[in-house]
Amino acid sequence: MSTTATVENLPSSSAEPQVNYLNARYGVRSWLLTLDHKRIGLLYLGTITLMFVVGGIAATLMRLNLIEPQGALVEPETYNKLFSTHGIVMVFFFLVPSIPATLGNFLIPLMIGARDVAFPKLNLMSWYIFVTGCVLMLYVVCTGGVDTGWTFYPPYSSSYAHTDVFLAAMAIFIAGFSSILTGMNFVVTIHKMRAPGMTWFRLPLFIWSLYATSIIFVLGTPVIAITLLLLGVERLLHVGIFDPALGGDPLLFQHMFWFYSHPAVYIMVLPSMGVISELITAFSRKRIFGYSFVAFSSLAIAVISFLVWGHHMFVSGQSVYAGLVFSVLSFLVAIPSAVKVFNWTATLYKGSISYEAPMLYALGFIGLFTIGGLTGLFLASLSTDVHLNGTYFVVAHFHYVMVGGAVMAFMGGLHFWWPKITGRIYPDLWARFAALIIFVGFNLTFFPQFVLGYLGMPRRYAMYPAEFQALNVLSSAGASVLAVGYVIPLIYLFWSLKYGEVAGPNPWGAKGLEWTTQSPPLTENFLKTPIVTEEAYSYETAPEPEVVRV
Amino acid sequence: MSDAAIVHGHGDNPTHFAHQFETLEQQHDAGRLGMWVFLATEILFFGGMFMGYTVYRSLHPAAFAIGSHLLDWKFGGTNTAVLICSSLTMALAIRSAQTGKKKGTIIAWLILTMLLGATFLFLKFRYEWYHDYIEHTVPGFGFHYRPEWGAHAPQVQMFMCFYFFMTGLHALHMIVGIGILLVLTWMAARGRFTSQYYAPLEISGLYWHFVDIVWIFLFPLLYLAGGLYSR
Repeated sequence: MSTTATVENLPSSSAEPQVNYLNARYGVRSWLLTLDHKRIGLLYLGTITLMFVVGGIAATLMRLNLIEPQGALVEPETYNKLFSTHGIVMVFFFLVPSIPATLGNFLIPLMIGARDVAFPKLNLMSWYIFVTGCVLMLYVVCTGGVDTGWTFYPPYSSSYAHTDVFLAAMAIFIAGFSSILTGMNFVVTIHKMRAPGMTWFRLPLFIWSLYATSIIFVLGTPVIAITLLLLGVERLLHVGIFDPALGGDPLLFQHMFWFYSHPAVYIMVLPSMGVISELITAFSRKRIFGYSFVAFSSLAIAVISFLVWGHHMFVSGQSVYAGLVFSVLSFLVAIPSAVKVFNWTATLYKGSISYEAPMLYALGFIGLFTIGGLTGLFLASLSTDVHLNGTYFVVAHFHYVMVGGAVMAFMGGLHFWWPKITGRIYPDLWARFAALIIFVGFNLTFFPQFVLGYLGMPRRYAMYPAEFQALNVLSSAGASVLAVGYVIPLIYLFWSLKYGEVAGPNPWGAKGLEWTTQSPPLTENFLKTPIVTEEAYSYETAPEPEVVRV
Repeated sequence: MSDAAIVHGHGDNPTHFAHQFETLEQQHDAGRLGMWVFLATEILFFGGMFMGYTVYRSLHPAAFAIGSHLLDWKFGGTNTAVLICSSLTMALAIRSAQTGKKKGTIIAWLILTMLLGATFLFLKFRYEWYHDYIEHTVPGFGFHYRPEWGAHAPQVQMFMCFYFFMTGLHALHMIVGIGILLVLTWMAARGRFTSQYYAPLEISGLYWHFVDIVWIFLFPLLYLAGGLYSR
C-alpha cells in the first residue's frame, strides 16, 4: 500500500522548476505572514539558533573564566550574570522550543497526513509571542543581564538582586504563552487531523512523544507563568509573597517553580526520545521493538514528571516524609525511561545498521542519556543528594540529559529530515566528522565535572581551590572542541542549501508519510490525502535507500 | 495528478471553512477541543494562585480573616448574582442560534451578556477597588498598616495582594470576554450564525462560563473566609 501512496503523492513528471513550499511564494512578507506550518517551523529554527548562539557565548566565557582558580576573565558579579544568562536562554529560549517548535511544527501534519496544524493562525501567533520574549530577554542581556541563576529563587531575586529581574521574568512569562499555544495546537492536531486509517497505534512514535510533551506544555507552563508573575509583582510593589523579610515563604516559590521546571526537563527530552525512535528504526531498517511500550512510556513519563519536583528540594527544609515520597517517585520515572533505552537497543539487535550521520547522533544519544539518567538516580537518593546537591555533579548530570540527550537528538533529527526540509543532502563526511567531534567534545567537557562535583566543587562560583584546576582546564578544553563541533554543521548546512546534492522524496528509504511526498513538500503537503493501511515502521515493505554508503 | 487536487478544500466552501480541514464538523470538533485544552491551561494558571492562597491561609488564618473583613461581601454577593445571570444569557444566545432564531434574538442575548459583564466590572472597580484605594488597603499603592492588626499586618497585606491579584486577573479575563462578545455580536449582525453553524458562539460560551466558575470559587475564598472570626 505504501508504494501506491508514494506514486499518488509524487508529481507525475520531474519537470523543473518543481513547485514546493519554499518557492511557492517569495519575499519577506510571504515568510512573516505565512500560515504554513513548515515555514513557521523554519522561522522557529532561525530564532532558536540565534538564541543558542547567545547562550553558547555565555557558556564559552564561563569556561574561559574557569581556566584559572582565581578567575581568568571576569569579575564574580559578571560571572553570576553569565551563568544566569546561559541557563535562562538555553532552557527557556532554546531547549524548550527546540524540537517541538521546529521539527514538531514541520513534521506533525506531514506524519499524520494532514494539510496543516489545526490552528495555523495561532501557530504563527505563537512564533510572534516567542520572538517578543526573545527580544525582551536579549534587551535584558544587553542592558546589564540578570544575576539570580535561571531558578530565580527568592530572596536572591527579590531582596538581593540589583539587576532587571522583573523584565527577565516577563520575558520568560511571554515566551511561556508561545509554549502553551503550541501545545494546544499539537494536542488538537493529533486528535482531530489524522488521515483516514491513521489510528493511534499506527502513529509514528515521534507523534506520541510530542503528544506527551504537549500535555506538559499545557498543564505545566501556566504554573511557571503565574509564579513569575507573582515574583514580578513582589519585586515591583515590594509586597511580601515569597520574600521572608516581607512575610512571605521562599519555599512556596521553590515548590511552584519546580512544579513546572521539573516537567520542563521532560519537555526537553521527550521529543528527543521521539526523534531517536525514528532514527533507530530507519537506520537499522527494522520495526521498533515493543511499539506500545515505547508509546505508553512517553505518557507515563509525562504523568510521573508532575509528581517528582520535590527532589530538587531535599536539602531546602521540606519535610523528611515529603522527601521520602519524592525520592521513591523519582526512582519510578527511571522505569519508563529505561523501557525506551532497552527497546531501542533491542531494535538494533539483528538490524541492518548503517552509520549515517543521524544514526551517529542517535547512538550517541543512547549512551549519553543513559549516563545522564543513571547519575540522576544518585541525586534522587536522599542521602547521596546531601553530598552532591549544589555541586558540579548536578551540572554534569543535567548537561548529559539536556546536551548529550536533547541537543544530540535535535542535531540528529535536523540531519535526518534536512533533505525533506530543504530538498538537499548535507555533505556526508563533514556531518559524520562533526557528530564525532561533538561526542568527544561533549564528554571531555562534562565528564570531568562529575569528578569535580564528587570531590565537592560547588556550582555557580567564579573561583575555586587550586587543586581543582587540572579537571577544570580539561573541561574548558572540551568546551572549545564542542564549540567547533557546533560551528561545523552551522557552516555546511548553510552551504548545502545551495550546493548540496539534490535529495529525492525518500533518500533514506524510510517509512512514514512524510517520506511519501516530494522533497521539499508542497505547501499543501500531499497532492491527495493519504490513506494509511499499515503499522508504523513496517520496514519489510520499505523502499531501498537512494543514497547507499559504506 | 491535476492541479485541482492541490487546492482541495479551498473550492466552493463557505467563508468560515478553513482549508486545513476536510469537513465543517471536523473544524467544529477541533475548535471545541482546542477551547477545552485552553481551559485546562487556565485552570492551572488560576490554580497556581489558589495554591498560594491556600498555603498562606493555612499558615496565617487570623491575618486572612482580618483581610477578608476588609472586603464587603454585599458587593461580592451582588456580583456573583450578576455573573450567574450573564452565564444564563450567554447560554440563551447559543440556544437561540441552535434553534434557528432570528439574528435579532441572538444579538439581544449577546448584548445583555455584555451589559451584565460590564455591570460586574463597574461594581468591582468603582465601588470596591476605588474604595480600597481611599482606605489605603491597596498593596504597593499607599498601603497602611493599621494598629489593630498588630503582628498580623504583613500577612494582611499579603491577603490583599492575593485579593487584587486574583480578582484583577479575573477582571482581565472578563474584559477579554467582553471583547470576544463584541466580535460575536458583529458576526451575528452580519447573519453568520445559523442552526448549522454556531461553533464560535458555543466555543466562546465555554470560555465565558469558565470565567464565571472561577468567580464562584473566588467569592467565598476571599469575601467569606473571615466568617468564623468576629470583626
